[in-house]
Amino acid sequence: MANKLVISPSPHVHSGDSISKNMYGVLIALIPAFLVAIYVFGLDALKITVLSVLFCVGFEYLIAKYIMKRQPSISDGSAIITGVLLAFNVPSNLPIWILALGALFTIGVVKMTFGGLGNNIFNPAIAGRIFLLISFPVQMTTWPVPIHDTTDAITSATVLESMKLAPETLSPTLLQDVFFGIQAGSLGETGALALLLGLAFLLWRKIITWHIPISILGTVFVFTGILYLVHPVPEFNPIIHLLSGGLMLGAIFMATDYVTSPMTKSGMLIYGVSIGFLTVCFRLWGAYPEGISFAILLMNAFTPLINNYTTPKRFGEKCANK
Amino acid sequence: MKTFKIGGVHPEENKFSAGKTIITTPLPKQAIIPVAAYLGAPSVPIVAKGDMVKVGQLIGQSGGFISSNVHSSVSGKVAKIEDSLDASGYKRSSIFIDVDGDEWLENIDRSPELVRECHLSPEEIIKKIADAGIVGLGGATFPAHVKLSPPPGKTAEVLIINAVECEPYLTCDHELMLEKPNEILVGVTILMKALKINRAIIGIENNKKDAIELFKKQIKSLNIQGVEIVDLKVQYPQGGEKQLIDAAIGRQVPSGALPIEVGAVVMNVATTFAVYEAVQKNKPLIDRVVTITGKSVKTPGNFLVRLGTPLANVVEQAGRMPEDTGKIVAGGPMMGRAVVSLDIPTAKGSAGVLFMTEKEAHRMQIRNCIRCAKCVNGCPMGLNPTELMNFTEYEVWDKAEKCAITDCIECGSCSYICPAYRPLLDYIRLGKGKVMTIIRGRNK
Repeated sequence: MANKLVISPSPHVHSGDSISKNMYGVLIALIPAFLVAIYVFGLDALKITVLSVLFCVGFEYLIAKYIMKRQPSISDGSAIITGVLLAFNVPSNLPIWILALGALFTIGVVKMTFGGLGNNIFNPAIAGRIFLLISFPVQMTTWPVPIHDTTDAITSATVLESMKLAPETLSPTLLQDVFFGIQAGSLGETGALALLLGLAFLLWRKIITWHIPISILGTVFVFTGILYLVHPVPEFNPIIHLLSGGLMLGAIFMATDYVTSPMTKSGMLIYGVSIGFLTVCFRLWGAYPEGISFAILLMNAFTPLINNYTTPKRFGEKCANK
Repeated sequence: MKTFKIGGVHPEENKFSAGKTIITTPLPKQAIIPVAAYLGAPSVPIVAKGDMVKVGQLIGQSGGFISSNVHSSVSGKVAKIEDSLDASGYKRSSIFIDVDGDEWLENIDRSPELVRECHLSPEEIIKKIADAGIVGLGGATFPAHVKLSPPPGKTAEVLIINAVECEPYLTCDHELMLEKPNEILVGVTILMKALKINRAIIGIENNKKDAIELFKKQIKSLNIQGVEIVDLKVQYPQGGEKQLIDAAIGRQVPSGALPIEVGAVVMNVATTFAVYEAVQKNKPLIDRVVTITGKSVKTPGNFLVRLGTPLANVVEQAGRMPEDTGKIVAGGPMMGRAVVSLDIPTAKGSAGVLFMTEKEAHRMQIRNCIRCAKCVNGCPMGLNPTELMNFTEYEVWDKAEKCAITDCIECGSCSYICPAYRPLLDYIRLGKGKVMTIIRGRNK
């Protein structure tokens, strides 16, 4: 008996937390938005999401096993999240081959070249979306009409596009529609309420802290709010900015990616405020109507620098400075 | 409810032995009494092979200021003095005594009557505590008389009694509080007198509501002035000295400084009881309460054990060692030490023996850090554990020092919470040792 005893340094117990628990928690938080997507865009949304997950998980498995020659760790759930988020960031009528190419870039280039989960610099799904947006601008911005659209149109413009190009076409029930997700857009970004439910779940399960999402949303609201007070035109309306486009999805699920966001509270706030500020700048004065994904990608690059310059509040600092 | 402000985790409490009356363990055939403690200078044996000793007799003379006296916990004949394995895994010089009867020194008052009055001067109290070989019974075994003698220029303002017992599983302090509240309260007044102060705070975690109520009641019925009970929100590592001071009086001890810097002296509750026994009853530190516990232990419990009794003898009292034992921990699961056998003696710092099942004993496979920052949020010292681990792994000592690796209190919250099962504290402990060596070398 005695020779079977394990000797190891303390601590001898573990919280039972694991990478996969956190990842599956994020997946649960994505369920409401997924349901809204299926309701608004029909079975196309389901098809795109399932295929995207299969592509991402499949590519990760193949690359880990045959190129990197190591035990694939797809069971940790991170490739599933990447797949879901990639799907949420594309229109539900995107051709499948483009989706497959996007998944290959997302997993193959952005994630696995750096060594897999934990080592990537950029959020894979965000980088994948931008890759697709730049490579296939037409397919990536041809939005299917949402359910209950009374016109006969086959395609539709997003709220942000309308705001930028033709503010007079905005629907009178706009605010209500965007809140519940009845708007054109990428398949998982439309339901603000559903995404906020996801945020509540993530905060409740302590998977993320409030710092990143709230600082992004707060900055966007305050910044556009100031502009709106100075010059009250629809394209500055802070509430529409908050509820439309990919802001909620990006702020809650993409910017909060553990691997590519800062680790300290102060760092998270710098990161979040910067993303919010850049998003508004890109939206209002950039070439594209949407700006959140560019803002996140840019700030991903600054994360190591932010980590280097922000330190957690040390115990006893208060007194040491006296 | 109060608690400390930075970090902290909440492990499963698993206090199986809570409320179990303290049982006195039978005397062992042979007691093994180490003369060198973990901390400070070793004591010098003053008995030789063949000498007859009585219970309470001084057998090891303190070897310096930060050192403590050692007394025989049994009566009998000194069999040998040689090195013996202790809970830390090192061999230390120990006195082996073959037990014969149970004959105590005459001046030790073994009656259960409470002795309230203490007419000694502060200096006399401190001397008596030093003579009795009292060290911190929370685990760090720092000599009590040193804490009671603030260095010149520093004054104590408040005495904080550490009755937190934040380690999961352990209940020895809790049970002692339930059974000896009056003795502990008198001990507190003696310590206040020794420190020449009139304010003391007893910090108790809220999972021991019965102890909180009992102490509040006894303070009234004994009419004790200046002692306040503070109930604390359950949070690990609240029993850490710096964390407890922060929780109790809202002051943070600066990096590298001692509690006296903010006017606080912290004393463990079991140590306070030992102080009572030493000052009022002339009884040196020769026994302590030990918790025997674990998920598969038949009858977990709290046992009054003479120091030097092999842990195996104590374990027998709680039923045999469970069949599925995969790891034996001396102390609690967060900061205790895994031991190789139960033949090691009960020492002043032995608060418990924890049996972990084979399933619990093994660690999970290490994964990549996903920078989730749970360790950063959990660290009670406000450090960045994953960064410190990297600095250690790549031997970047200057950065490790700058990022305050020496502030680490080795509470284990980081390793406990890490979802990637990274052995953060293993590395940080190594790095901390290395950086301390570098600092010492530079200061020479």
